[in-house]
Amino acid sequence: MLFAVFLPVLLAIFIPFFSKWKEKIHTGYFVLLAPLAVFIYFIPNLGNEFTPISQSYSWIPSLNIGLDFYLDGLSLLFVLLISGIGSLVTLYSIFYLHTSERLDQFYVYLLLFMTAMFGVVLSDNVFVLYGFWELTSISSFLLIGYWNYKERSRYGALKSMLITVFGGLSMLGGFILLTIITETTSIQAMIAQADVILSSDYFGLILALILLGAFTKSAQFPFHIWLPDAMEAPTPVSAYLHSATMVKAGIFLVARFTPIFSGNEWFFVFVSGIGILTLVWGSYMAVRQTDLKGILAFSTISQLGMIMAMLGFGTKAAIFAAVFHILNHATFKGSLFMIAGIVDHETGTRDIRRLGGLVTLMPISATLAFFGTFSMAGVPFPFLNGFYSKEMFFTTSLELPDHSMWISQVLSQAIPYLAVFGSIFTFVYSMYLVFGTFMGEKKLDQLPVKPHEAPIGMLISPIILIVGVIVIGLFPNLVNGSFIAHTAEAIYGSPVEKDIYYWHGFKTPFIMSLIVVGVGIVLAYFRKNWASIYSFFPGKLSFNKVYDFLVDQSEKTSAKITNSYMNGSIRRYMALILIAILVCTFTVLAITDGFAWDTSNLAEITVHEILIAIVMAIAAISTIFIRNKVGAILILGVVGYGLALLFVVYRAPDLALTQLVVETITVALFLLCFYHLPNLRERTESGSQKAGNLIISIAFGALMTVVAISAHSTKLFDKISDYFLETSYKLGGGDNVVNVILVDMRGIDTLFEIVVLGIAALAIYGLIKLRNKKEAE
Amino acid sequence: MEIIMSILAGVLFTTGVYNLLQKQMLRIIIGTALISHGAHLFILTMGELKRGAPPILGDGIENYADPLPQALILTSIVISFGVTSLLLVLAYRASKENGTDNMDKLRGSEND
Repeated sequence: MLFAVFLPVLLAIFIPFFSKWKEKIHTGYFVLLAPLAVFIYFIPNLGNEFTPISQSYSWIPSLNIGLDFYLDGLSLLFVLLISGIGSLVTLYSIFYLHTSERLDQFYVYLLLFMTAMFGVVLSDNVFVLYGFWELTSISSFLLIGYWNYKERSRYGALKSMLITVFGGLSMLGGFILLTIITETTSIQAMIAQADVILSSDYFGLILALILLGAFTKSAQFPFHIWLPDAMEAPTPVSAYLHSATMVKAGIFLVARFTPIFSGNEWFFVFVSGIGILTLVWGSYMAVRQTDLKGILAFSTISQLGMIMAMLGFGTKAAIFAAVFHILNHATFKGSLFMIAGIVDHETGTRDIRRLGGLVTLMPISATLAFFGTFSMAGVPFPFLNGFYSKEMFFTTSLELPDHSMWISQVLSQAIPYLAVFGSIFTFVYSMYLVFGTFMGEKKLDQLPVKPHEAPIGMLISPIILIVGVIVIGLFPNLVNGSFIAHTAEAIYGSPVEKDIYYWHGFKTPFIMSLIVVGVGIVLAYFRKNWASIYSFFPGKLSFNKVYDFLVDQSEKTSAKITNSYMNGSIRRYMALILIAILVCTFTVLAITDGFAWDTSNLAEITVHEILIAIVMAIAAISTIFIRNKVGAILILGVVGYGLALLFVVYRAPDLALTQLVVETITVALFLLCFYHLPNLRERTESGSQKAGNLIISIAFGALMTVVAISAHSTKLFDKISDYFLETSYKLGGGDNVVNVILVDMRGIDTLFEIVVLGIAALAIYGLIKLRNKKEAE
Repeated sequence: MEIIMSILAGVLFTTGVYNLLQKQMLRIIIGTALISHGAHLFILTMGELKRGAPPILGDGIENYADPLPQALILTSIVISFGVTSLLLVLAYRASKENGTDNMDKLRGSEND
């Protein structure tokens, strides 16, 4: 299975080489090998005696992450769908994409996507599953933006990326919680501990996070908005990703975790509630669209909602019906997308208002479209698979189990009516789609290209899919026991056996179907008369506006926040840094009760020290008020020489010496620059700014004083200096302890201090020298 | 005495920070110089003041002043001297090049 999963991506490495001969052989023929090989590899698993297979490959054993693959009925259904439809889509794309396109990029993205999808459905490890899940988002992003010179493509790609990655990250959160609770990363092992998860405190959070991932990926209300915009992708991509495979990843996820979650009633409320809402909203909105692919996108949304709703019902029959509909939807929706692509390719437009009467010009496509749309609408003919699953949907919606919470009771009562309502609109848009395109008057003068039937190569894939529709329609039990029963068993947890009948007898579900067809025909016929309802509801309301608003606002707000403090003024940053220091240190002082006051160990106060201190303080304060630069420099010198005097008083001869020399040089330097530096000016800042500066600086000075006093009053350890005093002569051979420390005991400090001075000198030299060069030029 | 010295260090910090918050480069450099003076005084006060002779070994002396803070301050003085002189030249060059020593006007262009 490892090889099957990574085969497409291995092939992708060679695509750039193959694409060099694309003028001779279309690159797609090489690509076709990968899904076909995987399809043939998995086909032998079909049959009544199927048992799950699991395989493990070591990857990151220390984190319990391994490439664990698990093939049960659910994975098998999806693997066959992905590889089967993948082969058909690749074949179709060979005729759809001209060799003048950048084929290498297209097929690399497509193969990347196939690997990602195989990985999602086969992984048993939640983190590996998540990795492949994000890879589907990324490859889908690349494929939607394939024609990246179009603004709409870029918009659609970004939108789908933002929404699906948002969901993916939520899902990761859910997975991490699951892993912490169950102490395993294997999905099957989690299912075995379902009771632990159900009784966990975090169950609600886990359910919400994982469902968020599934709903965003599967375009459920209100996250459905990315799917219609993803229709900017080339049609093979829309057919493959956005109808048959990627959008079903969310369905897969819900189905995979159903054995754990279905024990909780909220699972029914959320999954069925959102599903049925999506069904109704998607089918209602599909009638409004004028673009063929737009209709199909909303149709996909509503059909996914229907599957989701059935998974939420949780009964044996409902899960069986959901699985059956996954298969059916993949067949007819895939073919319809391909036909929409053919119509686009042969007429130059996808706008249904400009199309009409193509049946005589494109008879094969028209026939295929009739089968596909009638199956989608659930028209009761015994050779269309859509009818069976729709009938099962109605049946199961009437047989919901009893619930205890009032909200789920209300939902159970409402679901059959909503189901009928959604199906009526499904019928309407299906009829609108097929009759609007192929029947009615011809409008050839409005078409950019003179329409004619598509080449046979392009028609092969939709023909195969429509044959699938009819075969399943005629012999539904062909796929039953050997195939979808295994899938349903994997979801439900115990064997599911169910026969599929065309005729159930004259019961409620059949009456519901009759209502759908009857009302649907009337509504479809008089569509023009009531279509103005859309200008009232939803009118200008749209979730796209919400999305645009959110994206726009997040950009604006973050810009506003950044501009509010990053205003480019050094003063402002300095003030912010100082305020942060003040707040943090004072808070810590207050919390830990850090202030200490101990007067027992103080040196005596003498007059000359006090005098020096007062002079220094006055000099320091007057630097603020002075406006004469010579005065400022000299006053600074007073502070420095005062400090040197203090060093003398405090028995530090080396310091006093250094301080005197350095102060002299500094003052000299100031005076050297003095001629070039502009004079000090009157302060221009406002009173409040002055007050702010004053408060900050006084608070900072007070902080340092408090810290100094507290530190002096708290002597926790003996000083280390006794050691230096004792060993200075013995080990260092010097009487001057300070100098021995500097060059012997802590010599490295001195080395790098010399380096600092050297660098400063070089930098000063460079600053002055560079100017000379520049001026010379 | 330590308390008075702590207060003096606080005053030096206060005036240094106030100068640092100004717009003119010369004032900012004066601010950094004042802050380093304050820090040196701070370190010295953290040891014990006036408890014995200068730390130069001699016969018959019982107590010496703490030599470690002095070594640290000596290193610090030299480093702050290097930094101050670099800042000074930088300020001189910057004001020469840009024609202003107002920090609020040194913002670069929009596209930098």
